[in-house]
Amino acid sequence: MTTASLTQANRQPPRRRWHIPERTQSFLLLLPSILALIIFVYVFISFTFWVSLSNWRTLKIDLSLREPLFATYGELFGMVRWQADLRNTFVFTVFFIAFALTLGLTLAILLDRHLRGNHIFRNIFLFPYALSFVVTGVAWRWIFNPETGFNIFFEMLGINALLQQMGMAPLKPGWITDPNVVLQVNQLLAYAWPPALGWQVKWGIPMAMIPIAIAATWQLSGFVMALYVGGMATISDEVREAARIDGATEFQVYQKVIIPMLRPVTISVVVILLHVSLKIFDLVYTMSGVGPGFATDVPSIFVFEMMFKATRYNLGTAAAIVMLLLVALVIVPYLASSLRQED
Amino acid sequence: MSAQTHTRPKRRIHWGRIVIWTVLFLMALFFLMPIYVMVANGLKDAPNVSLSTMWYPPTQVTMQNGFVGAWARLSPNMVNSLIMVIPATILSSLIGAINGYLFAKWKFRGSDVIFTLLLFGFFIPYQSILLPLVRFLQIIGAYGQIWGLVLVHVIYGIPITTLIFRNYFAGVPTELLDAARVDGAGLITTFTRVMLPLSIPAFVVVGIFQFTNIWNDFLFGITVVPNPSAQPVTIALNNLSGTFSVDWNVVMAGAVIAALPTAIIYIFLGRFFIRGILAGSVKG
Repeated sequence: MTTASLTQANRQPPRRRWHIPERTQSFLLLLPSILALIIFVYVFISFTFWVSLSNWRTLKIDLSLREPLFATYGELFGMVRWQADLRNTFVFTVFFIAFALTLGLTLAILLDRHLRGNHIFRNIFLFPYALSFVVTGVAWRWIFNPETGFNIFFEMLGINALLQQMGMAPLKPGWITDPNVVLQVNQLLAYAWPPALGWQVKWGIPMAMIPIAIAATWQLSGFVMALYVGGMATISDEVREAARIDGATEFQVYQKVIIPMLRPVTISVVVILLHVSLKIFDLVYTMSGVGPGFATDVPSIFVFEMMFKATRYNLGTAAAIVMLLLVALVIVPYLASSLRQED
Repeated sequence: MSAQTHTRPKRRIHWGRIVIWTVLFLMALFFLMPIYVMVANGLKDAPNVSLSTMWYPPTQVTMQNGFVGAWARLSPNMVNSLIMVIPATILSSLIGAINGYLFAKWKFRGSDVIFTLLLFGFFIPYQSILLPLVRFLQIIGAYGQIWGLVLVHVIYGIPITTLIFRNYFAGVPTELLDAARVDGAGLITTFTRVMLPLSIPAFVVVGIFQFTNIWNDFLFGITVVPNPSAQPVTIALNNLSGTFSVDWNVVMAGAVIAALPTAIIYIFLGRFFIRGILAGSVKG
């Protein structure tokens, strides 16, 4: 026992004069990054929150608390524009995630057959992900402009000539300039809660939001595909073979075996797409801006305009805090569960 | 699959494959369509650019096409973007490498919780920190400066670069570290002598990931730098697109120019790009 510990002691490197335990060294080396993030994330968020409670609503800084507390939040949620923003984000999120998830998963399954030219297709589908949302916005703005893009294409294909011969109105959607909100549910909501009848904002699907969801799908479905392809690569062929031997059709192999096995990937994909859609800014800003009657306005544009154009700082920061809470609602459980998995 | 094809008679037409291939081909057309619109119209010259011929290829390619006009307007901003993206990518990769190594191999009490709190910084909507950030940059004199943008991108890049390196180093066998320790190497020497040489692939992945993210940024650029001549190219492109006096062939060409650096990286280093996506998607 004594000899063993002696030889071990001999093997150790000569002690330096100021020896700090390695775990402490690790912490000290991480400290600058930790401090930077504490300041730039947590302290800054606290400051933003304080401003949202304050009287600061002009260029002149005023950090005194506004009475009653949270009055600015009341003002915010009373604004028709903000209500429209929440509606638009909700509609955009639903369409965008439905489109991107369906398309991304379909592409991954089609590529899973490993046919000739597979990697060329995969590279084409993922390419838009390498581009900036600004580039996507600029291109799709012209494609979904009612005077250009798809509408000229319909004209070229003779669809409108055909429709007119049949005595119907020509197909000429307003796309991103369409102010209509379809499938309005205000009446329906009023049954459950009568004050809903007095709401100025029309709850329904703003048509102009759909082209934006399509452009976002174009940009991000390749990313969804890449995650699913990565996930499928980890499932061995034996699993599929076993399912086939059990009499499963090709469709069933995916429906019953592969897709359930890819559940962790699906969760990651949904969480990532959700946080993208709740924060979406550049794409909408360049493609359509606030749109007709705030038909394509989103919270991030609201914050940007209140902070940097209207100098309504308390209103802008209150909206930013609501955005943060929405994102946190999605991200915090996700991060907490991945932390728990590691223990 | 190979075992099956052996038993099948040769020269059989696989209808299933043809259907899948056709669907893939049509989808590829959808994905390439906006790129075609940008490139084809960018190549048209001002007299020939007309909305009704938007879908047709350029009839003749002249020197006075949209690219000449777009380059004249965007080249200073392309330079700004480069001056921003190169130091920001290098610095955030280096910081991420050290942090990732420590979080993966030198865990201390509470390090996983700290790491998770750090990672939250990647997901926040930056709108929630913009106002204090702009005030802070004004105080230190970095507001409106490219180096201010570099600072912002380095700091907010720390969570994701740390994550990717942490996942990478977690896969490096701990025996290697133990061997270095027996040889008397400390924590830092082990990093520089053992881990750093092993981490070249991770640097390529993180470098591409950060280059793409920072090049494509819009929100920080538009809020931190108000002066148009100092702005990165994404903001300049947006301004170009909103200017009515600019022909739209110039706008289309401008979009292609602004997309070119990340597109080139994608085309030549796509393999690493995909690895970055998988590594950057937290648990994916």
